[in-house]
Amino acid sequence: MDLRDLAADLVARACAAGARAADALVGESEGLSVAVRLGEVDRLKRARQRRAGLRVIVGDSTAIVSTADLSPPALDALAREACALARATAPDPHAGLPDPADLAREQPDLDLYDAAVEELEPPAAIARAREAEAAALAFAPEVTNSEGAEFGGDGGQVAYASSLGFAGAYSGTHWGLSVSPVASRNGTMQRDSWYTAHRKLDALDAPASVGREAARRAVRRLGARRVPTGEYPVVFDPETAASLLRHLAGAIAGPALYRRVSFLLGKLGEAIASPHVTIEDDPLRPAGSGSRPFDGEGVASRRLAVVDAGVLRSYLLDAYSARRLGLQPTGHAARGFGDAPGAAPTNFFLAPGPHTPDAIIASVDAGLYVTELIGFGVNGVTGDYSRGAAGLWIERGELGYPVEEITIAGNLLAMFRGIVMVGDDLVFRHAIAAPTLKVERMTVAGA
Amino acid sequence: MDVTDPRRFFLERFGLSAAALDSVLGTALERRADHAECFFEFRVNQTASLEEGVVKKATRNVSQGVGVRVLAGTRTGYAYSDEVSLERLEIAARTARFIADERSDNPSLPVPSGPRAPHDLYALAEPPIDTPLTDEIALLQRLDAAARAADPAITNVLAGLGIEHRVVLVVNSAGVFVGDVRPLIHLSVTCIAERGTNRQQGTYGGGGRLPFSALTDGRAERFAREAARQALTNLDAIDAPAGTMTVVLGPGWPGILLHEAIGHGLEGDFNRKRLSAFTDRIGTRVASELCTVVDDGTIPLRRGSLNVDDEGTPTSRTILIEKGILRGYLQDRLNASLMGMPLTGNGRRESFAHMPMPRMTNTFMLAGEDAPEDILRSVDRGLYAVSFGGGQVDITSGKFVFSASEAYLIEGGKLGRPVKGATLIGNGPDVLQRISRVGGDLQLDEGIGTCGKDGQSVPVGVGLPTVRIDGLTVGGTQA
Repeated sequence: MDLRDLAADLVARACAAGARAADALVGESEGLSVAVRLGEVDRLKRARQRRAGLRVIVGDSTAIVSTADLSPPALDALAREACALARATAPDPHAGLPDPADLAREQPDLDLYDAAVEELEPPAAIARAREAEAAALAFAPEVTNSEGAEFGGDGGQVAYASSLGFAGAYSGTHWGLSVSPVASRNGTMQRDSWYTAHRKLDALDAPASVGREAARRAVRRLGARRVPTGEYPVVFDPETAASLLRHLAGAIAGPALYRRVSFLLGKLGEAIASPHVTIEDDPLRPAGSGSRPFDGEGVASRRLAVVDAGVLRSYLLDAYSARRLGLQPTGHAARGFGDAPGAAPTNFFLAPGPHTPDAIIASVDAGLYVTELIGFGVNGVTGDYSRGAAGLWIERGELGYPVEEITIAGNLLAMFRGIVMVGDDLVFRHAIAAPTLKVERMTVAGA
Repeated sequence: MDVTDPRRFFLERFGLSAAALDSVLGTALERRADHAECFFEFRVNQTASLEEGVVKKATRNVSQGVGVRVLAGTRTGYAYSDEVSLERLEIAARTARFIADERSDNPSLPVPSGPRAPHDLYALAEPPIDTPLTDEIALLQRLDAAARAADPAITNVLAGLGIEHRVVLVVNSAGVFVGDVRPLIHLSVTCIAERGTNRQQGTYGGGGRLPFSALTDGRAERFAREAARQALTNLDAIDAPAGTMTVVLGPGWPGILLHEAIGHGLEGDFNRKRLSAFTDRIGTRVASELCTVVDDGTIPLRRGSLNVDDEGTPTSRTILIEKGILRGYLQDRLNASLMGMPLTGNGRRESFAHMPMPRMTNTFMLAGEDAPEDILRSVDRGLYAVSFGGGQVDITSGKFVFSASEAYLIEGGKLGRPVKGATLIGNGPDVLQRISRVGGDLQLDEGIGTCGKDGQSVPVGVGLPTVRIDGLTVGGTQA
């Protein structure tokens, strides 16, 4: 049975077991990944999984179940179990599936699958990882060790069906290559990494270029020191800038809003960022990492203006949180097999600005260029922000010595409002992407 | 759910026999491998979530599968499937052994092992997974009432109860054939407090390898009051200071310091590969002589405890630091064997879909002699941090962070105003050398920790007495 039929069949079993409404997600995937370290194969892993998740609504009560056992008796038992669980939970008048009018009528082919995954064998995967790591090790004499290089590809299909009569499926692949070299000097070590990821094998960056970039990043961290505590301008490189977008996406996700745990609660229509900031979400981007033809509840995917010249124009909503907030769903239901839908971005990006990264750095007399952030010091309720950072110190408009063991702190709302320059260097290396950003002022804590 | 004998449970469930498994291991070992292993797993996870005063959602997820692993020198081959049959096992074994085919060195079997028997740390007469959902809902509602009763400023309570039942079986070419049944419960509560436009949260929780009745003796209500108290405290918090200062950590969960600052850096894989800031430092001073730190997977009923690790090795109590001197690493089979060191029972994995790695269990510092109030009194200006969110470490540079979620200024030896959350950052090989006072009040955490490494999450515990650190960077906004 194909996956779409399997999903529809599971929905039918749930309705037969007493559900007023139900939806099901069925997926299967296979993948291969290899890790090479110092030229030798370190790990090889082959994965194969199938899973089915079912949400049932009995009366106005909800339960979610999932299993890896897709045999007909197991699916019957799953449906009965889900309905029994739902009968014990409290009724919720907002529970249920989306309005049928919002469902996707078309399921565009977004070019998410690469058949090369079916031919992927260990020798070719090992060769790519080896080439990338070798380039890192050859980059400079300081590159003395390595956590290794990893290359992997996986492919699969996911199908969704609901008791509204919707049934859809799409296939997708993911490819990735990463390298993590270690550089050392005077008895101290620094690690960094670089990666390339895409839906299409041929769209990956060349292995040697990934290795060289990883090594360049590790070597430039050697000799890192601390800087005196103070307030400085902070320039985020595209990778760390994207992390700020992830925090923003979390704060405009429907569930965070109706639960009142977001610092952007009640901010629709307000300026939450500087006028230089425009943010969009585009689920229909061809071959995009985060692309999909419909959302986790079958609602049509469409491009969405989230922040327009600093003004918050839309939240990211699934059907339930939209009903709770009295708004329309935006097609951002995100769903795992074992939990109710939440809301999450797809291809979420901050639109490029007019400045080259060099011009942004040149605008800073003394400040921080951030290349890595660690820790979990972000409070989604208040927007308070405090994370460990590493990067380079900017002196008189140029990148200078490396810095580490410092923190940067502020408040996300103030940080987004304080974005004074936006780079022209947006690249979709990941589903969430941003160009170089300059925040006018943050507290840097160090020595 | 009755699973008293994991061996029989899996063989019957999947229609396998001990002889068939021997043949799979034989296939995996064929050619030039050192070691082969099958890891079977069956897991049920059940959750109930409360928001806005009611439990509107329950989930139940069942997963099962097998992972086949082959070791050859430093190489690991792994194949897993959630379809378990003899045919699938043979395919997985042939895939995993690929890595042995092109090895350049010769097979060897320097498998360190002890004849120790598995522990019996959490055999529960009433496994929590059998708890009726209606009882779980009743507990969550009592918790909700307790939190809201704390103060009218508490405007929302979010709570989640998770119950896990995990059965594993390890069969390997070294003759290990051992199973484990692992119950786990986890209760967490977040309170939102609002005063005007000031909105704050407080989070608390706990659990362990405990029966459900362990939560119904007032513990759930205590968690709720604690989360509410934290949220209310944060309503009054002022901006946190920025810069390097004396920091006093309260007992218990602030032990996350040890987990990040030294624990990960002492895992065998990073040291074998010479990637850790602690590489080659066994026998040297890495902490003040007040510090003795252990990793102990053998404490009954604890979240981080295991009868056997995920390679079938009984867990143990490993001394990591003894009076300031680095003594040992945490090992799994691969790294212990390659380093010629003893197994410590720290080979853990998130599930059958993951390879084992050296991981912590319950990591804590032994109690010292100072009275906690004397430690506070000894600080003229500094920060007192009692509750934390997560932490992270860069193993290679040794830099680590952990983020305070409840902290106070210390002024003239007395507790001052509460401050907003801030990240603390330090250097692993250095920070414990700055510990100048250790309290006699060792506490283990409530049972809430989850450790992530290389994309794998496992439950862990931490513990700490009150300690004074002379110089740690506090990442607030008040420069």
